[in-house]
Amino acid sequence: MIEVLVEEQCVECNLCVKVCPLNVFEKRENQPPVIARQSDCQTCYMCELYCPAKALYVAADAEDTVDVSVDEIIETGLIGSYRKDIGWEKGYKSTASQDTAYKFYLK
Amino acid sequence: MSLEFNHSYKLANQNYDVSLKADVLVIGGGPAGAWAALTATENGASVILVDKGYCGSSGATAPSGNGVWYIREDQREEAMKSREALGGYLSERKWMERVLQRTFENVNRLDEWGYPFPIDERGVKHKRSLQGPEYMRLMRRKLNKAKIKILDHSPALELLYDSYGIAGAAGVQTQENNQTWAVQANSIVIASGGCAFLSKALGCNVLTGDGYLFASESGADLSGMEFSNAYAITPKYSSITKTAFYEWASFTYEDGSIIEGAGSKRGRSVIAKKLSEGQKVFAQLDKAKNDHDLQKYMRIAQPNFFLQFDRIGINPFENRFEVTLRFEGTVRGTGGIRITDETCATSVPGLFAAGDAATRELICGGFTGGGSYNAAWAISSGYWSGEAAAKYALTYNRNNHDRTLTRKQVVGINEHHTPGETLGGNELTKLVQAEVTPYNVNLFRAGEKLTSSLLILNNLWKEAKSHLGEKDSNLVRVRESAAMLATSRWMYSAALQRTETRGMHKRLDFPETDDHQQRRLITSGLDEIQVNWDSHSFVNI
Repeated sequence: MIEVLVEEQCVECNLCVKVCPLNVFEKRENQPPVIARQSDCQTCYMCELYCPAKALYVAADAEDTVDVSVDEIIETGLIGSYRKDIGWEKGYKSTASQDTAYKFYLK
Repeated sequence: MSLEFNHSYKLANQNYDVSLKADVLVIGGGPAGAWAALTATENGASVILVDKGYCGSSGATAPSGNGVWYIREDQREEAMKSREALGGYLSERKWMERVLQRTFENVNRLDEWGYPFPIDERGVKHKRSLQGPEYMRLMRRKLNKAKIKILDHSPALELLYDSYGIAGAAGVQTQENNQTWAVQANSIVIASGGCAFLSKALGCNVLTGDGYLFASESGADLSGMEFSNAYAITPKYSSITKTAFYEWASFTYEDGSIIEGAGSKRGRSVIAKKLSEGQKVFAQLDKAKNDHDLQKYMRIAQPNFFLQFDRIGINPFENRFEVTLRFEGTVRGTGGIRITDETCATSVPGLFAAGDAATRELICGGFTGGGSYNAAWAISSGYWSGEAAAKYALTYNRNNHDRTLTRKQVVGINEHHTPGETLGGNELTKLVQAEVTPYNVNLFRAGEKLTSSLLILNNLWKEAKSHLGEKDSNLVRVRESAAMLATSRWMYSAALQRTETRGMHKRLDFPETDDHQQRRLITSGLDEIQVNWDSHSFVNI
């Protein structure tokens, strides 16, 4: 479930508001958006993937809220790690181009 | 009438905040809807696409690594043959062939459009896998480039009609204070996905069977609704319903001893049995423990499969973790709106169905087991329905008809607020989930339990008709719950009719396959459900 929106990191692009399929976020005037409907989150990680500012963190638990240490996820680089895995970080190449799924099909 | 019920009142009175017109309306912005919209535009039609969430991130495909049934011509015979027995011989070669060909051509178009397919060390390009985020972002760009009007966060809530027939849809815009919208169109493609009953299977919580309900309300029928009991292995807490890598797993009891017969494919029911007995089941991908190359490939092929473990500090190759089976309903089942011809038409003129909203029995029979057939079906049926919807819209002239948009009375959209009993959308959702989620009702099927569940669900339908949503301001959830309730009733009605075991439909009381039942089951109706054997015979197979 979406657990963290780091306001200091947020660039207020509101992409998360736009791409969340379940409309979990709420836009605000001249401020970062808020997680307005957390229990609607389906844990699809799309908000975190689209966030250009490493400001969002989705915990793996889809059913219950969990405690997350913001300092820790920033320090370990877990926040925003999905965007890096997919290769959507600035200066990186989409990892789709290295998709090794064919190695399994050829098995 | 209080203000919060305004949008239900407005819809009931056809007082729309936004009114738009197009030749073709596409409901749903996953791959099927995107291909439909694009193809309809290429055939000269103006198109509006509405999505409950955001076209590009919504649905089962966007957050997933997806296999695609992309097969070279010389390997197709084998590919088709390998599916037929699994699907209980309810698929058709003719459809498999044309889906394989259409998918091949369309995936090659993705390549031309710049999808970054991987190239191996010998310079060979591989196109049997599509990374969902990349794929759907590309499709969104293509739709934008084609100047297709997209309404995001705009769930459709009902179809509209004129004197000619179906003529559009109406809904709300959830990010605009639920202001109401109506789109008038000459033809409609329903591409709203299957129904996973809000189980939080990956990307599936927008997939609540809405399109089935709309189609049925307009008079269309469904097929294969008994093939609707897919469950995916996930770590207990997780949404990641990606099961391919459990091929390398061993499954154990809490004490670490091996569960005999448990596996990701045929052994899934063993896992379900243990879970329904209240036992904990653990998994570990220990068969890939020493193969570090393999581990690396796995990570790049399915990044979010590992994301879930990284975030709780588990190494799935080294550590055991508790698992469950998460319900995927018809999304990874094969039932859906019945297709009547090669254009993906439904039994209602001007209404087409594509992707998981449509039945996938034509290529899969009664079993899929993997996303690659669904992905190929979405691409192909999206293409054909878009093409046909455009032709239909541009051919049939409605000018001599009264074009006034009218609506039908549907469950959950109420003009008046009557005192007395109420039934809310979330409340109804929980009641439906209680009947469809349990393994011992839906996976291990038997006449007695199906009958008693169906009785409960049929009574809920009567309640819903009388007072669903009367005091519930969340009209989207109200209509979703009605769609899930209708879906559950079609599922169990069909499951009771099929007194045999075939494909994913397993009857404990009828464990054998009965040759006389090698036919599809057509389901129709809302207040009274009819289940009939299709006249199509498969004796030649």
